[in-house]
Amino acid sequence: MASNSSGLWSSPAVRMGVSISIATGLYGISFGALGVAAGLSVWQTCALSLLMFTGGSQFAFVGVVAGGGAGAAALGAASLLGVRNAVYGMQMAALLGPRGLGRLLSAQLTIDESAATALGQTEKAEQKRGFWTAGVGVYLLWNLFTAAGALLGNALGDPGRWGLDGAAVAAFMGLLWPRLTHKEPIALAVVAASIAMLAVPWVAPGVPILIAAVVGAAWGYGSRSSGPAGQGANAQEAAR
Amino acid sequence: MNAMAEVGNHWWIWVLLASAVTYGTKLLGYSVPAHWLRHPRMARVAGALTIALLAALTAMNTLVSGQQLVLDARLAALAVAIIALALRAPFLLVVVLGAAASALVRFWG
Repeated sequence: MASNSSGLWSSPAVRMGVSISIATGLYGISFGALGVAAGLSVWQTCALSLLMFTGGSQFAFVGVVAGGGAGAAALGAASLLGVRNAVYGMQMAALLGPRGLGRLLSAQLTIDESAATALGQTEKAEQKRGFWTAGVGVYLLWNLFTAAGALLGNALGDPGRWGLDGAAVAAFMGLLWPRLTHKEPIALAVVAASIAMLAVPWVAPGVPILIAAVVGAAWGYGSRSSGPAGQGANAQEAAR
Repeated sequence: MNAMAEVGNHWWIWVLLASAVTYGTKLLGYSVPAHWLRHPRMARVAGALTIALLAALTAMNTLVSGQQLVLDARLAALAVAIIALALRAPFLLVVVLGAAASALVRFWG
């Protein structure tokens, strides 16, 4: 047992997956609190975390509810923000090659954090460990803390007071950082982020992320060097 | 319980429908033929896409509030995270420092 667990703990993918699970799982408190503040019931809020399980889409959905928007608008915002998961799904299918039930399960666990943890590894075994550690870990903690946040509700006050929004910023920067290995990925990151931010006031929430995705895809398609693909390409090479 | 104005049971339809759409989207990605992705150009597209998405998500979480760009305590979280990452701090410490930075700036600000 001891040797087994210390063996797993020596895996960088497992360590990163656990760290990400704690960092982003805790953020479920603010989702739970926002859900009930928007007017959804505790059960409806928990159902979003259990079934939808993709933070950006969940926040978008609740944001529309809070703004007094229509159900169709909430559906549209959540769906648009979830489109990037299809991209992750393609990448995870290539990396993990799950079959049958494993495929249905891994699809549900495919989110920013699990995909990024897997893509950050170079060995195939590590990619799998990273995906499942982050996927299962975030799922458990995200749902646990959503329920806590929904029950505590307004007693928590503004989630920003606890620095939870700062934790999310640091977590995404931490996921991006290992990919900024040379000039080209850095340039791409700056360009994609800038264009997305310029778009924010003009388009519906969720769309700026998709615009960034299009910029990234075009950049990768037009690029001749192996540069911007960075670890993603290496990871996929190693997977074969 | 704390819900100030519950929006009601008809929202269950939209909760379930939106969940079905987002799950279907995830599954759709897994259904793309694997050989498409084996092409080196697609590998570059996938890699560049990942960087662009993560960069946009980072910027979004730092600067966006609703549909507006806002400079607030989250900027301190980003700065502290970058310094910690440059100093090779472990991921969890980076996240904790980010949270502490934005909480402290709010406390003092």
